[in-house]
Order: sequence, then C-alpha cells, then structure tokens
Amino acid sequence: MKRRDFVGLTGLAAGALFLPGLSFGGTEVDVAELLRPADAALNKRLADAALNAAKAAGATYADVRIGRYLNQSVFTREKQVQNIVNGESFGAGVRVIANGTWGFAATNQVTEAGLAKAAQTAVQIAKANAKVQKEPVKLAPQQGYGEVSWKTPIQQNAFEVPVKEKVELLLAANAKALNGGANFVNSALFQVNEQKYFASTDGSYIDQDVHRIWPTFGVTAIDRASGKFRTREALSAPMGLGYEYLVPKAADKIAGPNGSGLIGYKNSYDILEDAELAAQQAKAKLTATSVTPGKYDLVLDPNHLGLTIHESIGHATELDRVLGYEANYAGTSFATLEWKKQNKPYGSKIVNIVADKTQPGSLGAVGYDDEGVKTGQWDIIRDGQLVDYQKIRDQAAIVGQDHSDGCCYAQSWQDVQFQRMANISLKPGAQKMSVDDMIRGVDKGIYIAGRGSFSIDQQRYNFQFGGTVFYAIEKGKITGQIEDVAYQANTQEFWNSCAAICDQSDYRLFGSFFDGKGQPSQVSAVSHGSATTRFNGVNVINTARKV
Amino acid sequence: MPIIPKDEAQAILKKVLSFSTADEAEANLYGGTRGNVRYARNTVTTAGGTDNVSLAVQVWFGKRSGVATCNQFDDATLRRCVQRAEEIAKLAPEDPEYMPRLGPQQYLTAPSYAASTAGITPDFRAQAAGDSIALCAAKQLTAAGFLEDGTRFEAIRNSKGLEAYQQSTNLDFSVTVRTPDGTGSGYAVADFTDASKFDAKVLTQRAATKASSSVGAKAIEPGKYTVILEPAALVSDEGLINRLVYAFDAREADEGRSFLSKKGGGTRKGEKLFDARVSISIDPTNALAPSGTFDNEGLPVRKLPIIEKGVAKNLYYSRFWAQKNKTEPTGFTGNFIMEGGTQSLEDLIKSTQKGILVTRLWYIRDVDPQTLLVTGLTRDGTFYIENGKIKHPIKNMRFNESPVIMLNNLEAVGRAQRLGGNLVPPLKIRDFTFTSLSDAI
Repeated sequence: MKRRDFVGLTGLAAGALFLPGLSFGGTEVDVAELLRPADAALNKRLADAALNAAKAAGATYADVRIGRYLNQSVFTREKQVQNIVNGESFGAGVRVIANGTWGFAATNQVTEAGLAKAAQTAVQIAKANAKVQKEPVKLAPQQGYGEVSWKTPIQQNAFEVPVKEKVELLLAANAKALNGGANFVNSALFQVNEQKYFASTDGSYIDQDVHRIWPTFGVTAIDRASGKFRTREALSAPMGLGYEYLVPKAADKIAGPNGSGLIGYKNSYDILEDAELAAQQAKAKLTATSVTPGKYDLVLDPNHLGLTIHESIGHATELDRVLGYEANYAGTSFATLEWKKQNKPYGSKIVNIVADKTQPGSLGAVGYDDEGVKTGQWDIIRDGQLVDYQKIRDQAAIVGQDHSDGCCYAQSWQDVQFQRMANISLKPGAQKMSVDDMIRGVDKGIYIAGRGSFSIDQQRYNFQFGGTVFYAIEKGKITGQIEDVAYQANTQEFWNSCAAICDQSDYRLFGSFFDGKGQPSQVSAVSHGSATTRFNGVNVINTARKV
Repeated sequence: MPIIPKDEAQAILKKVLSFSTADEAEANLYGGTRGNVRYARNTVTTAGGTDNVSLAVQVWFGKRSGVATCNQFDDATLRRCVQRAEEIAKLAPEDPEYMPRLGPQQYLTAPSYAASTAGITPDFRAQAAGDSIALCAAKQLTAAGFLEDGTRFEAIRNSKGLEAYQQSTNLDFSVTVRTPDGTGSGYAVADFTDASKFDAKVLTQRAATKASSSVGAKAIEPGKYTVILEPAALVSDEGLINRLVYAFDAREADEGRSFLSKKGGGTRKGEKLFDARVSISIDPTNALAPSGTFDNEGLPVRKLPIIEKGVAKNLYYSRFWAQKNKTEPTGFTGNFIMEGGTQSLEDLIKSTQKGILVTRLWYIRDVDPQTLLVTGLTRDGTFYIENGKIKHPIKNMRFNESPVIMLNNLEAVGRAQRLGGNLVPPLKIRDFTFTSLSDAI
C-alpha cells in the first residue's frame, strides 16, 4: 500500500475516495466466505512443500506464512452509507536465508507447486543479493514449538455481525450528532481478521486467529457567517477485541474532569453517547477562546497521550531505527546504543515504560510473532532510564542479546516481515490519584483529549502535537473550552517534565490502527496504555492563521 | 501474463459483462509486475517481486450496487465473481448518490509506458544498489536507499459501451547518505517513466555531497526567513503542494469546510488567492510527467487549470456533485503540473542576500484545515545562504506554515522538474515561518 493510500485511509473524509481499491491488494468477497475455517493439516503440507524446496535450493533457514487477511470497512456520512468493503487477501510468503542473505517471494498460487516455486525464487533473490551483502544475517536461536495455536480472546466475531446492524449503529451515531447540532458527520467501522499459519525450519507450525476493530467518526460544526469550521474526532480507541467493544458497559466509562463533560472509555465504547457529546463540543469549538501562547502545565488524557508515547518513545526505541535500517524513510533515533550507555534520563523518575505483546484487548497482542517467536513483555524505560529496545531475531546478536523480543510483523502474506512496534505503555502511578486530584494542583494549564495533529522529526527529538478538544485550567479548575492549541517539545525535556500520573483506575488503551513504516510502506496496529498524566511547563503555540 | 494486451483484456471484460443479469455492470481489469530492492548500512537488506492481475466487477440493480473481485480468469471463476457482486448488490442499501454508467468516451494519449522500464530485471536493481553503496563506501559514507519499479495496465468496460485501456511504467528511487558519525545527512530522490534516464550514481553523488557538506551545522534562531525550497521540500506523498492541490474539492468548498469556502456561503473559485506566477494544472499528456488518462469509472482526465496566474480557476467535481450543481465532472488521478520559470537552483541561490536552502521537508501534518496550516521539519541538508552563496549548514527546524500564505510570499520560481509523477519548480519564498529547533540530523 502506498503511503498516500494509508494517509487517505486515516483521513475519514477522504477515506471513501480511495475505495474500493484499498483492501491490501486483496479480493472482495461475501462475508460468509470469510468465516470458512482454515484446514491445519492442509496448511502443514503446503508449508512443508515450501520449506523443503527452500532447503533443497540451498537455504540455511526458511519460514513460510500462509495467510488469509480479512478486512471489512463500513463508511457512512450523515444519513447515508458511502461504502462497504469486504476484503480478503489469501496467499503465502516465503522468506529464506541463503549465502547469509535474506530473500523473499510471495504467491497467490497456494498449492504445493506454487509454494515450492516461491521458495526457489526467494533463494534465487537471496543468492543474487549476497553479492552485495556486507553483513551476513545472524539469527538469534529459536526453539521449534511444534503444532500450536493462538486466538485473540474475543467474545463476538465482528465478521459474524450482519452489516445491516453495523450500518444502523453508525447511522444512529450520525443522527445523534446531527440532532445535537452538527453540520456534518463521517463515521466508519474498520474490522480486521488475520488468519495466519506460520512454519519454519526450526520446527514450528503456528496457527493464529487475530482480530481487531475500530469504530470512529469526525463531527463537524460550521458557522457560515464567519466561514469557520471545526471538527471533533471520536474518543474511541482501535482495539484487539471483537464486536463486544461496541456494546457499552457502565463499568468501562470513566468520567472526564469536572467541568469538561467528557467521558473516557476502557474496554467498551458508547458511540451514541460520544457522538452526541462530540456535536456539543464541535459547536463550542466555533466560539471557544483562542489560546494565548506560552508555557503551560499540560494534563493529557490517555486517548491523547497514547500518540505522544507512540511517536516519542515507541518509534525512538525500535532497534531497526536505532541501527540505521530505516534511515532512508522513517528515520533513525536519538536513543542510539552510545546514548543509552551515557545513562542520561529519558524521563523523570516516575516514567516507567513497558513493551507488551500479550496485553489483552491490545492491538499488538499475539501468541507468536511473524517469525515464530513466543511473545512476552519487557521494560523499555525503568525509573526514567532507557533499559532496552524492541528487537527481532536478526537484530538480537547486534546488541549482544541471545533472544528476540517477538516484534516481527508483516501486513499481509505478500509483504516481507520486519521489526514493528510492540504495545508500548506508560505504567500508571503507584499513588491513588484521580484526574480531578491532578487538576486541583494545576495553576495554569491545559487539559487535552483525543487525536489531533502530530509531527516529529526523523530522530524523535522535536515534536508538535494537537488534540481534538482542549480545556483551560485556571487555579485548579477547568474553566472552559479553548482552541488553536498545539504543544512543541523535545522528547527528553518533555518526559523529564512528567510530574504526576493518575492511578490504575484511570488507565486506558489508545491505539494506532494504520502505523506506517518500511519501504515499500506497510501498516501495523499497536496500542499504548496510560493513565492521565501531567507535564509541567510545556511550550504551547497558537495555530490560528488568516488566509 | 501480468501485462494483458488491450484486445485480450477487453475480450475478458466483454465475457465478464455477458455473465451479468444486473441493470448495469462495469468491470475493471488491472495489474502488472513490481520489483524492489532496499539497502541500508551499505548493504542490501530486502528485495522482492510480485506479479498480480485482479478483476473487479461492480453491478447495479436500480440504485443498489455490489462489488466482487477475483484473480483467476477461467469461465467458472468469472461467473462466480459476477454472481457474488449481484448477490451483494441485492442486499445493499440504495445509494442516494447513484449515477448511471458513463457511455463511450474519448481519451487523450499519454506517453506513460517505456519498454526500458518494463524490461527491468533483479540484476538491474542489484546493480543500482551496488553502485550506490560502492560510491558511498569509497567515501567512508553510509547509504540507505530504495528502488522500486513497476509495469502496469488498467482496462475498463461497462454495459453502456465504455472501453478504456492504458499501460504505464515507473521507477522510483531515493537514497539517504549519512556520515559514519551521524553528524551529516543528505538526500536525493527521483522518478521516471523511462528507466534509461535513471542513474543511481548521479543521484547518490548528489546525496553524498549534501551529507558531507551538512557536517558541523550551526543553530540559528527560529523565526521568519527567506527560504529556497527544493522540489523534494515541496512535493512528496504528504507534500505542501500535494496538499494544496488535493484541497480543491468542490463539494467540501460548497459545504463550508474548506479553505476555499466563502464567508456567508459559496466558494472562492475565481478569486486571486496566490501570487500571479503560480499556475498549477492537470495534464496527463505532459511529456515529462505523463499520468492516467481516465479515472476508475472511466471518466476522462483532461487538461485543466486548477490555479491560473494566481486565480483559483477550477475545483474538482465528482460526477454526482457535478450533476447536482449542473456542471461538468472533473477526472483527476492526483498528478499535477506546476509551471516553472527559467532560473536554475543555483540562480535562485545567487540572487539571495540572506536565506535558507531546504533539501527536504518531513512529517508534514495538518494543523488547521481552515487555513491549510501544516507543520513539519527540514531534513537531510539545510543550509544558510548569505550574499548569494551557501555559507554553512544549519540545524534542522520545525515550520508551521500554510501553502496558501507561502504562495503569496513568492520571490522567485525556478525551472520545473519531475517529482512523484508531477512537475514542480524550486521556489524562493519570503517570511517562511520556522517555530523551533530540532537536534535531529
């Protein structure tokens, strides 16, 4: 997928323009066909055909991924459906090491002959590239697991829910927004199911069934007289859950700070309630006071902070970036191996960041990664200090580690797997603290919720973030909505200004459904958990202009 | 197999349409072959190739439609594909924005195919990567690059007699060269229809020179500066000019949610919104940057001015929105031609008393759609200019700027060159707004 398409997908208003060609190069099929179970015995026979062919052609290692990647996206605006896409992409990718060099080939001819041919092509490519290879691949040792399986622990498979029900829910949310005074509303529901069969010459045969879902919307209010328009995005999070995420439960709702009227959501989402609130807040944005630039204490809601964690810690601690493999596109990182040795503080003492590929409900949760490594969790930042990176098998030896962290992923069978971000989360505070407790201590601040503009440099030093809704805090109280807010900071200064973190009861997941990296660019989905967090003395700019 | 010739493609599509019992049907057959090589740390990291052809069938019963696709072309599969589309259509809600299929159309001819590119082999790619790496290794520099090439065809046919067919080729190359200590970085990027014009060494040399000369960057105070933006600072998948060009959607402007919406209603079409030297148009036949001559419904893409001498000349209309507003729809596939001047980049530098040369802008994101205000950062070669000469490298900076404001602050326009399938000149802009420093190199 071209980055352009990826950008289109993430922009709701533009999303439908790219349809129907966005289904990961896959085919569009009847939902009933998507639920056909895979045949493990057949997959094993096919996988062995690929592995044997690779070895016969001279590969010292090979893995094969036979995958059915299903996605369904429903797009609506106001009172109508814009598009419904059912996508299936079925095929296999074979990756080999020959002459110390990686080779990869993919095919949609999922037969023993088709897979054997792909394996031979992969070996041929590896041998051709070995001529310009300077660093022979060294894989961290990995035990074979035999025949094992894993499934996202969902309660209701979203693909089994009739499309009609989903359309009705989105249109009901649109109606709530329109009745609440919105001029326009675009809503969408993205669902993904990856049915992946992995096998390798290490002796693993891993069958996995992975589910993800993301309901979202943008509610726009317009003042025709002044020509002003403002949009409030949904406060949902993409999740590694089934359709149960769309069945709201009272226990999953967290009231926002006093005076904001906001509601945050944990493991289920009330789209109707949020759409109604969004309309009120979008209208209020039209007349909200424009922020006075300067230094403010920021109180950041988990649904906002997740993206800041993603950009300034998640990407900065990916070992492929640190080592220079992404220099031509996504960039490198300030957090180099040398920087780590200097023991400079990444953040204040209360900043503890954990990488976790197992967290229930998260987008990154799988049993095994796309190179057959069992997943786990590990610390990235402990007491403000960088202690580790995110790694895969061919990187571990470079940093003297004897095992992979299980961070390997490919967006489909036809893309080669590479290192992708694990769920990267900020641990909640140990002391009991609610968001109101936190705000009470702020003299001059801004409370920010939701997704907005985000930009960061290629080494993850300088960033600028907006949000979807902003509230002024004066002398310990929320005093009303404000607008035109963006904060600029340096990653290390920002995390060192982290002054307080709410407790576990406020902890929620944020998610990035279409995180892009690599050439050709691939998307992956990842969650970031946190509780509401305070940062002191951050530089805020005013973004209003006249054209 | 990946490139299906015109007659053969239309024969497949004709057969597909004959299987449909729907009121209307349309079929797209598209695909081709793609290959790539990627390298970093002066070594090849990944390489791959894919061949694929897909068929998409869309059918309508009244205002209800359904789509299905397949990638096998025996009669049984084709019949199943059409049946599936028909089953989905019968269950679909009515589309209030339904438009009937287009009848036969006349298309322009674009020079979008080159046999040299279609003939690229894995050895060609490995050679390019090897040349790029060798050049850098000899200078004790480190290269990371990516080459991707593709040969593609697209064919459309519908039940109203529309027939369309086009073949295209492309080669995209980019390279980032860094000094081993990480204190210098340079970038070069180019794309071609005809691979015989591609020279990995020339492009790598350009990036290498920038890497070496960007060592020892000094910090300057953020603020408003005269800048010379090279094409890679103007055009990319997220580029400033791309964003401006994509923002000319008539519907969004009419609905009041565009920088082209007028206070009190209506649009700013016809108003002079930019410097008179700004002209941007669509032209799929441009010899240097040819592009698609029809969109995915078979609507012809014609020559059309978007901005003419600073005036917002035309907005894009979908078929539905055009009918509603009693005007003609606009075929648009995303490529554009920005008119250039006669000056070289060196001429632009020579005529600058004090300013900044920007190689590339990065991580550009919307800040306020109301004004098209965006933010992003300089990257891979930023230099201070004094008295017509490059004085020294400077540290990277974040900007907050709107392309609308920027194209009003135009000082000079250089010679247009191809980038990302578009034509764009380097531009000299006054009062470009930098808001903070970055330590990134």
